[in-house]
Amino acid sequence: MTDTPRFFDEMHQHGGAPRAPYDTYCGWFGKEDLRDLRKKSSDAEQFFRRTGITFNVYGQAEADERLIPFDIVPRIISGREWARLTRGIEQRVRAINAFLYDIYHRQEILRAGRIPVDLIARNEAFLPQMIGMAPPGNVYTHIVGVDLVRTGEDEFYVLEDNARTPSGVSYMLENRETMLQMFPELFTRIKVQSVSDYPRDLRRSLAASAPANCSEDRTVAVLTPGIHNSAYFEHAFLADQMGVELVEGHDIRITDGKVQMRTTQGYKPIDVLYRRVDDDFLDPLNFRPDSQLGVPGIMDVYRAGGITIANAPGTGIADDKAIYSYMPDIVEFYTGEKAILQNVPTWRCGDADSLAYVLDHLAELVVKEVHGSGGYGMLVGPAASKKELAAFRAKLTARPANYIAQPTLALSTVPILTKAGLAPRHVDLRPFVLVSPDRISITPGGLTRVAIKKGSLVVNSSQGGGTKDTWVLEE
Amino acid sequence: MLGKTAGGLFWMFRYLERSENTARLIEAGFRIALTRADGDDDEWTSVLQTAAVAHLYFQKHEQIEASKAIDFLLRDATNPSSVLSAISAARMNARLVRTAITREVWEAVNDTYMVLKQALARPVSARDLPEVLALIRQQSALVRGAMHGTMLRNDIFDFCRLGTFLERADNTARILDVKYYVLLPSISQIGSNLDNVQWETILRSVAGMRAYRWINQGESNPMGIADFLIFDTRMPRSLAFSVKKIAANLGYLERNYGLRHPCHDQIDVILARLTHNTIERVFEDGLHEFITDFLTDVARLGHQIETDYRFLG
Repeated sequence: MTDTPRFFDEMHQHGGAPRAPYDTYCGWFGKEDLRDLRKKSSDAEQFFRRTGITFNVYGQAEADERLIPFDIVPRIISGREWARLTRGIEQRVRAINAFLYDIYHRQEILRAGRIPVDLIARNEAFLPQMIGMAPPGNVYTHIVGVDLVRTGEDEFYVLEDNARTPSGVSYMLENRETMLQMFPELFTRIKVQSVSDYPRDLRRSLAASAPANCSEDRTVAVLTPGIHNSAYFEHAFLADQMGVELVEGHDIRITDGKVQMRTTQGYKPIDVLYRRVDDDFLDPLNFRPDSQLGVPGIMDVYRAGGITIANAPGTGIADDKAIYSYMPDIVEFYTGEKAILQNVPTWRCGDADSLAYVLDHLAELVVKEVHGSGGYGMLVGPAASKKELAAFRAKLTARPANYIAQPTLALSTVPILTKAGLAPRHVDLRPFVLVSPDRISITPGGLTRVAIKKGSLVVNSSQGGGTKDTWVLEE
Repeated sequence: MLGKTAGGLFWMFRYLERSENTARLIEAGFRIALTRADGDDDEWTSVLQTAAVAHLYFQKHEQIEASKAIDFLLRDATNPSSVLSAISAARMNARLVRTAITREVWEAVNDTYMVLKQALARPVSARDLPEVLALIRQQSALVRGAMHGTMLRNDIFDFCRLGTFLERADNTARILDVKYYVLLPSISQIGSNLDNVQWETILRSVAGMRAYRWINQGESNPMGIADFLIFDTRMPRSLAFSVKKIAANLGYLERNYGLRHPCHDQIDVILARLTHNTIERVFEDGLHEFITDFLTDVARLGHQIETDYRFLG
């Protein structure tokens, strides 16, 4: 009796031989001593802690700053696989920007009946303030993270699009930095595409999106909610790597129709603001009046063409989980082509038939909040207890439109290093995409998130997931 | 540079200096306690006063006890000048200004925080105290070394230095303020045992014991010590040295930015008062009054720098 594996392992074929992209790596690994590797692993952790690559977990006062576990076994993708993925990602990101322009202007897609009007009109992520407003260069999503999962040799699915403020790129860069320090010899044997240009590309891309009314040197700044935000390290890291100022709301005021930052030599205008503050908190005069994090009146400057806000306010309508299910239609509508990347089949629980199906099959499905992120408020049916299922059933019945459901995907695995040696764990992949008026660029690789717990399918760092360096091979 | 960043650098280095000064005060107090026969804990009262935390100590404890005073100065979270509080605050500010400092400086501060947090996780016994104090000194040196070795000499560096020397000027002046009576000729009885101990405290608190002996061929006298700590520009913790450094760094900022501010006028006055004065005149006019005025001037200057360079909104 042969035992067919339930999950696709990216390193090993069924039977144990390494797959082609891992050939050299596995040859090297086989000659290494497990104890030495374990030692490298704890060195890496020490390196992360010293460097302060930490994140804050909401609602955990004690464990103020935590490390995201880092696994020293890389995830390797062939150049050919990557080329195909990038075509799909680029197509999707183009469609997302076209969709955003359309939805805030003529709304052709609604007129064509491809998306229900209600889904937009009643959606909290839709910002009426953006109607009729064209951001500089018509770029809405300057930075996008597309979450991909793999289920087979050639099967990739888009799990979700992150069109608001995708995070994690600092881990992509630091993971590579760590690997270069730990295993320099590996990089001489295996030719891996570099990721280190990302900060330079990010700055160029942001500067290229500056408004027409901008200063000569196109001043870019990063807006952070502050030192207590879970991603503060990343905000500081990106500002530092780009060589631009890291500002908070109280460093900024608006004068002479420009957003200006308080410097030691007086106020200086900002042309492009890479904000890591949510729409709701961006402008207390236009959105949440109780926000301490934003800049009062920035939306007015924005509409008058005095600043570029990246990503544009209102992009959340494109990564909304209810909109997600229409993404194949959206891609086709705006590009005239079939979507290259597949969507995960999705039940919209607001629909009565779908709800009935989901309630019947709750134990097999993954159910997510439409507006949720970070793995909070999500149910993984097969892993849930009876009690959890019952509790979720009640929530689902009370507010069905708040949820979508998807089949539990057989996420691919990549081994991590454990005490006993290599052991497969489930992974996903978040490539990072930069959009400027004249080009779209995708950094080779991205952030591989890995569920450290055996059998777990939840890879979010807030739920105990870790990360791996992601290698795209030179062909 | 953002005003907030300048403020963060300034405070980061004030707190680093403070943690080192607090550690040195503990060292002085501990040393005195060891070498004195009567086992009296009075010395800790003046150490707490010098650190300007005596009132906070008495909110928590009724009586002065060596072990409690040491713990309060080393680890107490309710004492903002304790070594642990000051290091935490320095690191917090370093996180805030992460984009302005080099990776080496950040790692040195972060490492210092992690090492000291571990070393100060539990009360430190008298037996372990010397080792812990040495560790604090080493870590401070690590941060200072990283700063000198890797940071550009630009406005960022100037704000770091301003924080360091403003804190230091304040600290040395407070040591003198608490101990000024020991230095007054009317009370001091030259050569008596008590006074030697007191002078030693003062010099040890500023790591100036050995330096003073070298300069003065081993002779101690009150006016000489006061002169050394106030006017001697060879002594890196003297008032004159600190003030000269502050003036220099404010001068670089003035030239670099092409902007003169009220703080520049203030430092000129403070510097002139020091350079045109002598220790004899200070004793004549009153040592206590001199120090009180100096402390007020330095505090005012700190606020003025904060305003002129827009640390706050």
